[in-house]
Amino acid sequence: MNLLVNGNDLQVPSDVNTIADVITHFFEQDPIVIVEHNGEILEKNHHTERIVADGDKIELVQFVGGG
Amino acid sequence: MNDRYSRQILFSPIGQVGQKKLAEKHVLLIGAGALGTGNAEILVRSGVGKITIVDRDYVEWSNLQRQQLYTESDANSRMPKVIAAKRRLEEINRDVQIEAKIIDVTPLEMSQLTDGVDLIIDATDNFDIRLIINDISQKHHIPWIYGAVVASYGISYTILPNETPCLHCLLQQVPMGGMTCDTAGVISPVVQMVVAHQSAEALKILTDNREALRRQLISFDLWTNQQASIDVSTFKNTSCHSCGQAPTYPHLNYESQTKTAVLCGRDTVQIRPTAAGNRDLETIAARLFNIGKVEQNSFLLSFTNEPHRLVMFHDGRVLVHGTNDVTEAKSLYYRYFG
Repeated sequence: MNLLVNGNDLQVPSDVNTIADVITHFFEQDPIVIVEHNGEILEKNHHTERIVADGDKIELVQFVGGG
Repeated sequence: MNDRYSRQILFSPIGQVGQKKLAEKHVLLIGAGALGTGNAEILVRSGVGKITIVDRDYVEWSNLQRQQLYTESDANSRMPKVIAAKRRLEEINRDVQIEAKIIDVTPLEMSQLTDGVDLIIDATDNFDIRLIINDISQKHHIPWIYGAVVASYGISYTILPNETPCLHCLLQQVPMGGMTCDTAGVISPVVQMVVAHQSAEALKILTDNREALRRQLISFDLWTNQQASIDVSTFKNTSCHSCGQAPTYPHLNYESQTKTAVLCGRDTVQIRPTAAGNRDLETIAARLFNIGKVEQNSFLLSFTNEPHRLVMFHDGRVLVHGTNDVTEAKSLYYRYFG
């Protein structure tokens, strides 16, 4: 499946089905990430139930601490 | 009259009126590392009235690659960062009042620092202090600009009390650490990009051009060429403990602080973090593997980078061996564990 992630067309493995899977795929453990899925901002408690499909547009913004 | 600010005044959204407003404003800058020195130089050159710079650290050689106010001589003499910054900034613009404070900021110091401040700029390196800044900002109705970098990635957001969601609304949890510039490295261009965003937002606020504010959470990776900007206004939570209808400002309370204790006779400081919960020591070990000696058993992780050794337990508690100095221990803790 291909997803448009932060403007880049990226292929993800077949076991990536939900937004939570997308986060696990792209980040190391327990990141704090804000997700926009096809233009809709998702509350964190919706990450595990929201299904992704081929061609979906996803914006991921990870909070980091360095400075 | 000299024409120091002529190009900025020619820029019509600022103009003579904006320049005069800027000269009457006081900015509190927390942190004098990469983001701090970048923001400080821009604001001082632009003619802000007063800037208070706060930092607990001294200049090291590893800072010179990206911390633009410092020189080899500052690193050689281990000059406190805020002193070195003040010297350089006064050479750049003697008309700006620059206050330098060598302190490790806690809620107590923070409430003394914010008197008469128009804007707080975040140039810190950890979320514990950012959540304190967030609560102080809400309590005293002072806007603040979050900015952070690691590796080739940067992020920023401008938080306006009573208007935008606060950091607490956005995070929805207290972070348990993560990658840092000392574990994943950092490149200077991404620092400059975050500085550019923060200081532009600062100029808009300080010259009363709020309608021009970005009002989006932005992030970018200058190496993988990704960027994102998200309207996060729906995250504003009316029951938030920091910015909601009945705020308690939890991060200004002693109970929610990261606790430190000097272990007498052991040359060790113990750190108990704010965020409860089990740490994944495997992930943390992987981050530290390249920069020092990592040893593990089923109970703890030991990381040695001479002359210091840091030991983390599953519950997040850390022993920093090789120092009795709480400030130094906290500095090392945030440097390696985030």
